[in-house]
Amino acid sequence: MSEMVIKNATVYDPINNINGDMMDIAVKDGKIVDSVSGSAQTIDAGGRLVYPGGVDAHTHIAGSKVNVGRIMRPDDSRLNNKPRTKVTRPRTGYTVPNVYSMGYGYAEMGYTTAFEAAVPILKARHTHEELEEIPIIDKGGLTLFGSNWMVMDAIRENDLDRLAAYVAWGLLSSRGWGVKIVNPGGGEAWGFGKNVSGLDDPVPNFEVTPRQIVRQLAEANEKLNLPHSIHLHCNNLGKPGNYETTLATFDVCKDIKSKRDRQSLHVTHVQFNAWGGNHWGDFESKAEPIADYLNKNDFLTIDMGQLVFGSATTMTADGPVQYANARLLKARWSNGDVELEDSSGVTPLEYHPQSYIHGIMWAIGLELALLTKDPWQVLMTTDHPNGGPYVNYPMVMTMLMSKKRREEEMAKIAEKTFERTSIAGIDKELDWYDIAIKTRATHAKVLGIVEHGKGHLGVGADADIAIYDIKPDETDATIEYNKVEAAFRYAAYTIKGGEIVVKDGEITATPKGKTFWVKSTAPADGHERMMEDLKMKFKKYYSVSMANYMVQDEYVEHPYVVETGYQ
Amino acid sequence: MIIKDVLCPFCGCLCDDLAVEVEDNKVVDVKHACKIGASKIMGHDRIKAPMMRDDKNGEFREVSYDEAINESAKILANSKRPLLYGWASGLCEMMAKGILLNEEVGGIIDNTASVCHGPSVLGVHEKGLPTGTLGQFANRADLVVFWGCNPVQAHPRHMSRYSVFNKGFFASKGRRSRKVVVFDVRKTDTAEMADEYVQVNPGEDYIVMSALRAIIADKADVVPDSVGGVPKEKLVELAEAMKSAKFGIVYFGMGLTQSRGKYKNIDNAVSLITELNAHGKHSIIPMRGHYNVGGFGQVCAWTTGYAGAVDMSRGIPYYNPGETCSNDLLMREEIDAAFVIAGDAGAHFPAQSIARMSKVPVIQVDPFHNPTTEMANIVIPTKVSGVELEGTAYRMDCVSLRMRKLVDVDFPSDEEVLDKIIAKVQEIKGASS
Repeated sequence: MSEMVIKNATVYDPINNINGDMMDIAVKDGKIVDSVSGSAQTIDAGGRLVYPGGVDAHTHIAGSKVNVGRIMRPDDSRLNNKPRTKVTRPRTGYTVPNVYSMGYGYAEMGYTTAFEAAVPILKARHTHEELEEIPIIDKGGLTLFGSNWMVMDAIRENDLDRLAAYVAWGLLSSRGWGVKIVNPGGGEAWGFGKNVSGLDDPVPNFEVTPRQIVRQLAEANEKLNLPHSIHLHCNNLGKPGNYETTLATFDVCKDIKSKRDRQSLHVTHVQFNAWGGNHWGDFESKAEPIADYLNKNDFLTIDMGQLVFGSATTMTADGPVQYANARLLKARWSNGDVELEDSSGVTPLEYHPQSYIHGIMWAIGLELALLTKDPWQVLMTTDHPNGGPYVNYPMVMTMLMSKKRREEEMAKIAEKTFERTSIAGIDKELDWYDIAIKTRATHAKVLGIVEHGKGHLGVGADADIAIYDIKPDETDATIEYNKVEAAFRYAAYTIKGGEIVVKDGEITATPKGKTFWVKSTAPADGHERMMEDLKMKFKKYYSVSMANYMVQDEYVEHPYVVETGYQ
Repeated sequence: MIIKDVLCPFCGCLCDDLAVEVEDNKVVDVKHACKIGASKIMGHDRIKAPMMRDDKNGEFREVSYDEAINESAKILANSKRPLLYGWASGLCEMMAKGILLNEEVGGIIDNTASVCHGPSVLGVHEKGLPTGTLGQFANRADLVVFWGCNPVQAHPRHMSRYSVFNKGFFASKGRRSRKVVVFDVRKTDTAEMADEYVQVNPGEDYIVMSALRAIIADKADVVPDSVGGVPKEKLVELAEAMKSAKFGIVYFGMGLTQSRGKYKNIDNAVSLITELNAHGKHSIIPMRGHYNVGGFGQVCAWTTGYAGAVDMSRGIPYYNPGETCSNDLLMREEIDAAFVIAGDAGAHFPAQSIARMSKVPVIQVDPFHNPTTEMANIVIPTKVSGVELEGTAYRMDCVSLRMRKLVDVDFPSDEEVLDKIIAKVQEIKGASS
């Protein structure tokens, strides 16, 4: 059987409280083990930095809207082209890479797991077709429930068991990992070109409020004891002054109790939801009150949604915000309503450092990460490719590690940014351990996949390991940030399931990753009532037959199924 | 035995509610389908065995699959500029193999959209596409516009299943809940069923849309008395109907994409729809022809970054419509071998392209004889997808569904043939490098 040992590794493994210890890591049959035989393949890390393989809990890597981005943007597909090699398929694209580049790009950076953050059930088959084609990395998908007719009808009729049964069925149908809520109720309102204005603005024709949708889905989520908490994109995203809605939304879940060792609410890409001011003219950062809230409450986690200057392709199930973006920026606009379920939109845009609005957005992401005291509460993301493409993670990591690096960036940014944010006065610099938390450990913990071998290097974990060409003992990341960024951008080694997939930044093997999904039992009577409603909706309102709706096993060739149950 | 919820391998409606009766491994009856779909599923004379000929005017001789596949691989491996065309009447699984084959031979892969909705893709490059799934339109639309398309003939169940006669959640009275407007150069059967028929002068759709946009933007004063054959007062009336609709949907077809203006018509139509969203909700969607022509665009985009017309001669995907589409290359006489699968170049390409194809080796992979067969040197028959083979197809609204297998046959699938060709090409290229 295949054995490997990584010697002289400077290991940061926060889940196992390992903070820069020099040690050996043994691998057998794709898993971390205590020790291996003398004939094991040996890699001498020579004191270099070793992390568990990176995990991305929120990214847009597959499915309808990503492909809409590719088709709309041949200008993007012209970027980052690399011809095929003996090992790899051809690569295209920067903000919307082709499936091959998507997997290679993550692997190059030492990332081995990524979760697609928005899967409409009706289009889940498409998502899985792309996920299967993304090489190397393991993946999963979060299923959209926030504007779904089945969900809203069950909530209006105050039938939590029926709601829980539908969530279980929806996860099964989409082969999904968790409950995603985007602009709760807003997707339905967008069906007639409207939006909801906040937590207590009822969804037209359905007479439920966004507050009820969030609350009830959070309760259903815990009833089903799902590995991940609800994963929420708040109302009013992209509007000045939205931080108040964000804070109020946190409170909705304050007393939700999780039986698992994780948050009971994850709020995503909060950079886009921590905005002050009443309009673009007095637009300002409200990262401080958000960070204050996090510092006082441990029931929730967030991710940054960091902005990266340059080209982005924004894509979200928040249909109305995309129309607003496209009109504001006179940009191309694709919309993708999904019958009975949700909306979506895709718009390309460019973030300019000379725009103080973009400058403030840039600062907010960093403020959120630096002002929140517990590093486990704020995940590093760019909401790829909304804030910017994931290949910029190494740069964002250096921004968190070095004030000097931030100052270098600030020199390019519109002056007004610093009157309306606190970024210039923040001295905090994260260390190697913090970065390991923010780029792998807490992502795995928040998703609920630590016990399934992700985000750490404990015995029994998947042998997903990144070795970076940098020696923490000899490197001052606060000054040598260019060296650090280069090391994080192209790993010396990426090992996936015990196999070397990247060596010296080059892809050396392209195994197929697995797909996580959750199978949950549901309360029998709730299930019965749910099926009755569901059959009626298929008969009268869906344009496909119920028998053809669910994702078939053929589309998830390497499933990793976690079973859970209603309690 | 009755097989229910069967998907139809005919048009982009991809109806999935058919009931097919199978006896002794033969389809004996098809229910709920339109006549064309039923006839496709019932089957007709097919190519019985692989065939080859050296002289395109000569007679075919029957050969083994191995011989036909090896000879095809040889032609493709030795070609400098092979064209891999068709891909619309097959499953996504085989399209993915086509993309791989194109990488191996460094050729150009293009699909039937090239002579169909290709210009729509160019319009999307310019302006995007505000759209949705067919059920969204079925449940909500109170204003239905057919522009340059004729579903009564081309998509026979479209109007009853998705767009006009069916009831929806917010369209509880079905036909009576909707105002139906047809823009066309001639009074089609679809126009006969509309509330409004707007006759547009051939090639003048673009200016009609521009006039509507001006009126909607409160600039009616710049619009002349008649535009594209439509009186101004009619245009004002139509603009009002659009502005006051709660949910408007425009279905468009070849009448826009293949008439004067081509992709510019789509660009303008998308602009019209985008602007109308300031008033109500509005969407637009192309009426795709083949049941899985949409699937090729999807597979090609996720593998190469582009929806079609991908030139792999540089080792990276290169896309430049006007340069890398099938007919650009054929008319420039660059193509030195053609591989035609699940599409019919012979029936749909212009004469100049056909002239080139008649001079170069042509390989056809298809269950059925069609005009491409007349130009072919090698013909390889395969399974009928969605009848004899299960797999993935994309409806016109890009919803992917799994097609069912109804009967068993001994023919190989497209995918199996492609796998063997790829292996052989690799062998030949490996030996020569």
